Amino acid sequence: MSALFVNLAYIVAAVMFIFGLRMLSSPATARSGNALSSGGMLIAIVVTLLSKGIVEFHWIAIAAAAGALVGALASRLVAMTSMPEMVALFNGSGGIASLLVGWAALFGADPNSAGAVTPFTAVTVFLSVMIGGVTFSGSLVAWAKLAEVVPSGAIVFVGQRVINAALLGGLVLCGVLFALLPAPDSPLFYAILGLAVLLGVMAVIPIGGADMPVVISLLNSYSGLAACAAGFAINNNILIVSGSLVGAAGIILTNIMCKAMNRSLTNVLFSGFGAVKTVTKVEGDVKPIVAEDAYLILEAASAVTFVPGYGMAVAQAQHVVRELGEILEANGCEVSYAIHPVAGRMPGHMNVLLAEANVPYDQLVESDDINPRMPNVDVAVVIGANDVVNPAARDDDASPIYGMPIVNVDHARTVFVLKRSMASGFAGVDNPLFFGTNTRMLFGDAKASISALISEFK
Amino acid sequence: MKRDRYLPRWVIAALSAAVGVAGIALVAQSDAASVAATTSSAGDAAGDVDYLPMVFVFLLSTFIGLGVIRRVSRLLHTPLMSLTNAISAIAVVGAILVAGPDVPPTILLLGGIALFASVTNIVSGFLITDRMLKMFKRDERGAPGIDKRKTL
Repeated sequence: MSALFVNLAYIVAAVMFIFGLRMLSSPATARSGNALSSGGMLIAIVVTLLSKGIVEFHWIAIAAAAGALVGALASRLVAMTSMPEMVALFNGSGGIASLLVGWAALFGADPNSAGAVTPFTAVTVFLSVMIGGVTFSGSLVAWAKLAEVVPSGAIVFVGQRVINAALLGGLVLCGVLFALLPAPDSPLFYAILGLAVLLGVMAVIPIGGADMPVVISLLNSYSGLAACAAGFAINNNILIVSGSLVGAAGIILTNIMCKAMNRSLTNVLFSGFGAVKTVTKVEGDVKPIVAEDAYLILEAASAVTFVPGYGMAVAQAQHVVRELGEILEANGCEVSYAIHPVAGRMPGHMNVLLAEANVPYDQLVESDDINPRMPNVDVAVVIGANDVVNPAARDDDASPIYGMPIVNVDHARTVFVLKRSMASGFAGVDNPLFFGTNTRMLFGDAKASISALISEFK
Repeated sequence: MKRDRYLPRWVIAALSAAVGVAGIALVAQSDAASVAATTSSAGDAAGDVDYLPMVFVFLLSTFIGLGVIRRVSRLLHTPLMSLTNAISAIAVVGAILVAGPDVPPTILLLGGIALFASVTNIVSGFLITDRMLKMFKRDERGAPGIDKRKTL
């Protein structure tokens, strides 16, 4: 098949990717968008297989069949609640694939020209190995943290920034030397490989669990940029186009997540936020409530807003929450769900969990849209969320999370906070909400508490 | 849904279209150029790769990406990530191109692992995205006839 035809097919594939992503602007068209993108991918793969010079179908078929089998099994077996880990693994496998393509490009697609590596190829190979390596090992660390294989908190030690800066400096130095003296089996190349993998690990360990949405978005962006760099290395436009689309998506998500925490990217990446313990204490009385009394208030309410957080995911409470929501609706109450952008461990985490529990998506409201209506809400039910509803972020300029946009649940007539115990939130900040005059604490496991409320209604 | 849209809808649409057309033209042109280069001097074409068009393609498609992704519904950020992950596995094309020709075992091994990783990523990425998107439903009483399929 001629190169011209192959490239025309690549253009069609790229257009299909763009329209596929475009159709994610509404949940109604999103499924077709996904199908369109997968069609684009199929076209790209088929024409590549048919392009000139591809003879080694034997091994390609084996590797592709094994990959398809593993992928299909993973997509069937993975639970919706472990989606953050899955996305982290995806990022990692995208990174390793680009790294290997870059590495192979070093030997040249044509075996006769091996040994003659141009500086341009060397630079692009360096970039794809560096970005791919950081994405790969960083994603594995993020996965381990999300799956709680290792402690999910921030790991910080003295001189961490110096070590990371030295790693990055060494990496760039090796890259420059490698570009000056490019050779397929240069020891510099292996140094780059090792340093990149090490840097990925070192860059992610100081980042704590609640900052994971930022890290996942950023690694998502890197996996695209790695594909881009690999595209430069093998001189292929479809890799560059698709890679930069993914890179742009990651950048936008990262930006949204940072804005939602009112922190800069540098602050998230380097501050080791979760490890900082503050001494600000909030004094006051906590007013506990039992399920029977909470039922009476809910029964009389005409507008209820649920505010879910990571605790809801941990307790797997999304199904009982939806059941309670339906009971309240049947009772003539207006039910909504206030979603903070950084609630959970990845962008859109709460939306997926609630959608899984069959909550219609028109009941999911962004925090900026619900806040003006909050004074008219009779009961705000906070389920496993803490920092995203902390009024200190709005009122107390000494608070470490000051300036972070929050869901103003304290403006509702009554607030129920479902909480396991009185431990402070991830950021280690005390929450004045718990001591508010209109706040009632419903202690215990979120799922058990909601189930108790449901049985009161029956 | 979107508060921070800096430009009116039609401006973004027009810009994306213009950039898209320009990008496609550039891709086509660079293809024609590379085809011409390989046919005229097949031997040492690898030596002088014209990389400037690639940089153009990169920049323009980044702008398209920014324009398109900015309009993605906030509800769908997780499916967006899994879909973009599947798309970033486009490295599969690179893997086929490096492992496909008659190459020494080292390159075959590198390409084979890359192929395995990216095919896994593609298959599970698109399937999981579909599984997630299937779950997003409207309130059936509020909007009858939109999507009444029960999935759970």
